Formats: sequence, C-alpha cells, structure tokens
Amino acid sequence: MLKMNHLSKLYRTHLIETHALRDFSIHVKDGEFVAVTGPSGSGKTTFLNIAGLLEEFSGGEFWLDGVDVRGLGDDARSRLRNEKIGFIFQGFNLIPDLNLFDNVDVPLRYRGFNAAERKRRIEETLSRVGLASRMKHYPSELSGGQQQRVAIARALAGSPRLLLADEPTGNLDTLMARGVLELLEEINRQGTTIIMVTHDAELAARAQRNVHVIDGQVTDFDEEPRLRQPGLGNRESGIADSAIA
Amino acid sequence: MFTYYFQLGLISLRRNPVLTALMVLGIALGIGACMTSLTVFYLMSSDPIPWKSDKLHYVQLDNWDPNTAFDEPNEPPDQVTYRDAIALMEAGKAERQTAMYKISLPVQPDNPEVKPFLSLGRATYTDFFSMFDTPFEFGGAWDRAQDSEHARVVVLSKTTNEKLFGGQNSVGKRVRLNDLEYSVVGVLKAWRPRVKFYDVTNGAFNDSEDYYIPFTTAIELKAAGSGNNNCWKNSDPGWDGYLISECVWIQYWAELGSPDKLAAYHSFLDNYVTEQKKLGRFPRPLNNRLPDVNEWMESQKVVSRDVQIQVGLAFAFLAVCLVNTVGLLLAKFMRKSGEIGLRRALGASKPQLFAQHLIEAGVIGVSGGLFGLLLAWLGLIAVRSLYENFDSLARLDWVMVFTTVALSIGAAMLAGIYPTWRACQIAPATQLKTQ
Repeated sequence: MLKMNHLSKLYRTHLIETHALRDFSIHVKDGEFVAVTGPSGSGKTTFLNIAGLLEEFSGGEFWLDGVDVRGLGDDARSRLRNEKIGFIFQGFNLIPDLNLFDNVDVPLRYRGFNAAERKRRIEETLSRVGLASRMKHYPSELSGGQQQRVAIARALAGSPRLLLADEPTGNLDTLMARGVLELLEEINRQGTTIIMVTHDAELAARAQRNVHVIDGQVTDFDEEPRLRQPGLGNRESGIADSAIA
Repeated sequence: MFTYYFQLGLISLRRNPVLTALMVLGIALGIGACMTSLTVFYLMSSDPIPWKSDKLHYVQLDNWDPNTAFDEPNEPPDQVTYRDAIALMEAGKAERQTAMYKISLPVQPDNPEVKPFLSLGRATYTDFFSMFDTPFEFGGAWDRAQDSEHARVVVLSKTTNEKLFGGQNSVGKRVRLNDLEYSVVGVLKAWRPRVKFYDVTNGAFNDSEDYYIPFTTAIELKAAGSGNNNCWKNSDPGWDGYLISECVWIQYWAELGSPDKLAAYHSFLDNYVTEQKKLGRFPRPLNNRLPDVNEWMESQKVVSRDVQIQVGLAFAFLAVCLVNTVGLLLAKFMRKSGEIGLRRALGASKPQLFAQHLIEAGVIGVSGGLFGLLLAWLGLIAVRSLYENFDSLARLDWVMVFTTVALSIGAAMLAGIYPTWRACQIAPATQLKTQ
C-alpha cells in the first residue's frame, strides 16, 4: 500500500538546515493498522504529511498504492490524495459553517460524484459512525467524540484505501477516545489500511504494528503484524480498561 | 462546481458580517460614484439616432473671415447663412434636406384659463420630421407645397398639445402664435432625444421644441432667430440686410444614403462655393464639411472635458476602493487558511481553490454591485436636481444596470486575484496541525 525507501526531508532556511526525515524507510501492506510513535519533533507528522501527499520530500523513493509519487504535479497529487487517502486530525478540522452533511460532502465534491451518489455515500458513512440522525446539525452542536466521528465519516466517504490519522484521540476524553479507537479498528477490519501517528504508547499498542521514529529515522518496528484482541486490553502492552477509562 | 462555489461564497459572506459589510460598502461606493458619472458620459456620447446617424450629415461652409478661422486651427462656421441655406434648399441635391433655426414666439391660447406664454419653437422644412424620425401621435408633417406657400401650419409637441388642448387630437384646430393663427397639422408623441443632436450649437442638452412651423413662413413673418448668431463683418441694416449678410445662424442637414451620394453632395458644395467665390464671397480656401451625426457631436465637444475628467476621477476612486477591498479580502482569506489547508488535504487542487475564492470575490462583487446600483441611482437623482439640462441624461437604462453589475463583479474579482493567489499558496500541512 505504502512504500518509502531511504526517504529524506530537509527544511532549509538561509541560516540553518534541518533534517526532519533521514534515510526513512517503511513498508505498509494492504489492510494493516500501523502506529507510528516517537517523541515530539521526531518526524512523525512530517512522515504523515509526506504520506498524505501534503508535503514534498527531498530524496528517496515513495510509492503509494503502486504509484511512484516522485515528480507528480499538484493536480495529480490532489487527485491521488482525494481518491486514495482519508485524513483524520487531532483537532477534527470540521468546517464550522457547514452542517455534518456538507462537511462529509467536501471530498466527494472534489471527486466529481453526482448528487445522488454523494447523498448515498454521506448517509451511509454518517450511519456507520452513528450520526445519521444529526446530518443537519453543525459541528458546534456536537461533542468532541461526535465531531471526530464526523471527521472519520468524511475520511471514509470517498472509500479511501489508506486512512492517515494524526493523534485522532488527542483531544478526546478517555471514553470518547475508546469509541473512536474502536471505530478505527472496525474500519481496519473491513479492509482499510490505517497509519496512525501518536505519541501515546498505550494507543500504539492497539495497532497491529508499531513503528518508532526518533530524529527522523525509524529506529524500531515490528516485522510482523501482531494479533489484536477485542476490547481495550492489549496483551503486549498490558493496558487495562481502567487505565484508559 | 460553480453552484457549489457560489453557495460557499454566500456562506462565507455570513461568516464575518462586519468584514463583508466593509468590502461590500467599499465596492458599492466606488461603483456608485463610477456609474453615476459613467452613465452621464455614456448617454452624452452615445449615438442618439443609431439607425441612420451615418446617413444624416451636417453642412458646414467656410464663408468666414479670410484672416481668421471661425475656430482654430481651421474650423468652418458651425452654422450657415440664410442665403446659402436657401440656395442649398432650392438646389435640393440631397435625398432629404432641411434648413432650420430656433425661434421664440408667444403662444396665445383660446382657453381663457390658460395664460399666454412665451415658447421656444423651430422653423424648419417638412423633411425635418422624416429625417429625424419624429414620432407622431396625431396627424403628420406639413407637405412640400405648404413649405413653398409659406403656409400657416404648425406641428405641436405632446406637452404643448396637452397644455392647449388637454391632450386631445387637435389636428385641424387653430393655434395663435404671436397674434397670428396657425392650423395644427400634427402632434408629436413625447420626443426628446438624449442629445439634441440636430441643434447642438444652441444647447446639446436642451429640451426639444414646443412647436414647429415652416421655415419659409417664419422668414416671411420676420421671426428673428433666438439661437446663436455669428457675423464676421457688418451686415446691411434691416431684416432684408440681415438675410443677405455673412452672418451664420441657420443649421442645415442633408440626408445622404450612401458614400457615393455623400461624395456627390460634397462635390456639389465645392462647386457651389467655387461659384460663390466668383461673386466675391467665401474668401477662405475651400473648406466645406459634411460630418455625420456622431462626427458632428464629437467636433462640437458635446461631451465636455469636465465630464471626461469626472469619469476619470470616479474610476480613480473605484481603484482606491478596490485597493481597500484587496486588503480586506486578504485578511478574510488568511483567516480561512485552516479551511483552505483542509480542503487541500481533502483533495482540492490549487485551480479548484482559486476558482472557489475568485467566485467568492465575485459574490461580494454582486452584492457591491447591487448596493452600488442603488447609490448610482441616488447619485443620478442628485445630478438631475443640480443640472436641469441633464434630466434625460442622468437616468439608468438596462445597459447601464447590466454594466454596473458586470463592472462590480469584474472589479471584485480583479481585487480578489492577489488574495486568492495568496490563499492558494497556503501550506496545508502547517494549517492542519495548528487549526
């Protein structure tokens, strides 16, 4: 699904050069749920932005669903992003002036679906996240957890093959975080590849595979996916339900 | 996507009502000022008789002082002498032709309730009505025989007919002008060309006349002209002396339907003047002219320099308003940088975002245009109250309404280009993390 070989990202000003990623290699297979962890400033978000085609990289190779991303123009990157990738952000990033229906509609508009197809997809995804009855509500009328569910519905509406989540539970309380995480797990079980960036080791332990990043390099990763157990407890991290609640 | 972007534009207008109001007001003020002056300019300079303006030609013969041009550098007089007018009428070389001049006679109504009043009229030939397509409500023009017979006939304007006969069909009734009775042969419908192109020398924006009588009748009755009169040498005393003088006081129009006819008529005029030179007249070199309606209006500077400057200043004011709008739009779009980054992340390309924000600027332009239209309408009311002669000019027509809205949208979109370009440069990754 996603393959990066010896990727580098260099931020350069006239005074200083910063290597956000260096010799960064990762291979995410179809249907995997991968957690990317690391301390602040380690390069997690830079990796996610490059994976989401929101930023260019300085060197190395990057294939997304078999497409060599190097040299793609803005239009092609936008189209690829729209068709293949769904985003979930820590801050939900819903548009406050649009109701839930219209928020979920945004990526579908750029996809060029007709009105009937858009309506079908919006209703289906909002039902999937349990918010079908609140389509005409505005984000400000929802709790944080509900807003994140809308964001997930928006990410799923275009049937992306890859879901990129940046601290998806970072702004939620434990109970809401649990619900969102369970939803992500459910989505993953249905075949969508998920890469979740987090600095929370407990959340990372819920993923099938954990990639640890320090100073822009992958320092540690599980070679093979782990078996995920139902419920909040995790056999490897030993996180108890009560620890999150 | 246009409808979607348009809806987003409307939503965006509601998001920052104060900022939106400032932008709309800025554009509206600029557009209002611009359209007020542009409307006057447009109506002043537009073709008053477009369907035949290229066929109607004003006759200019240079009978002026050999040492000084009538108007520098070498302009011939803007009217002709009586003797030349009569000679050209008698020659009758054009398809239609008319000599004419402005008169002022007292009108003495039969109705004792209506007091006598001094009224402006026009002494002309029957061709006047067909040449200038004057619309008749009742009756019609007098005929050529009545021109020759110096008949006491009159064509009334709609206003005069309403004043004297309550708007009834007055054809066949009698009107007393300066103690003489005239028979009404026709009544015009409301007719007031935006520019009084057939007599710009006596006020291009004056009202059209209250009545029209045969030129020959007016001359016979020694009805002096009440318009401009220019002489370059003394004339013999009395009315007859005036008629054979070199004073110019008569307007002369010829209808020439083709370039060939125009060339032939020009040649005829040159021959006429050459013959007159043999009689000791026309001391200056041949300088006869036959401008059409638009050329004549231009040469007479119907659109004054002041009006042109006023239009220029109004556009400069609009430019200032647009610079202000650029700043406000920039602030508005920068406040939306989070949403712009999000839309990029969700698959919007830069051209799609550019189109969205340009249409949003266009929506502001539509609002500003509609408000500007109201301001322009108020501005034109002010112009009409300040300048009586501009009554028919200072009015919005559909062309100007459409132009106002189009100009407003265009201006707003122009103002929106830089802010929109800046908005499209926003790095989505940064915005998504900080939102």
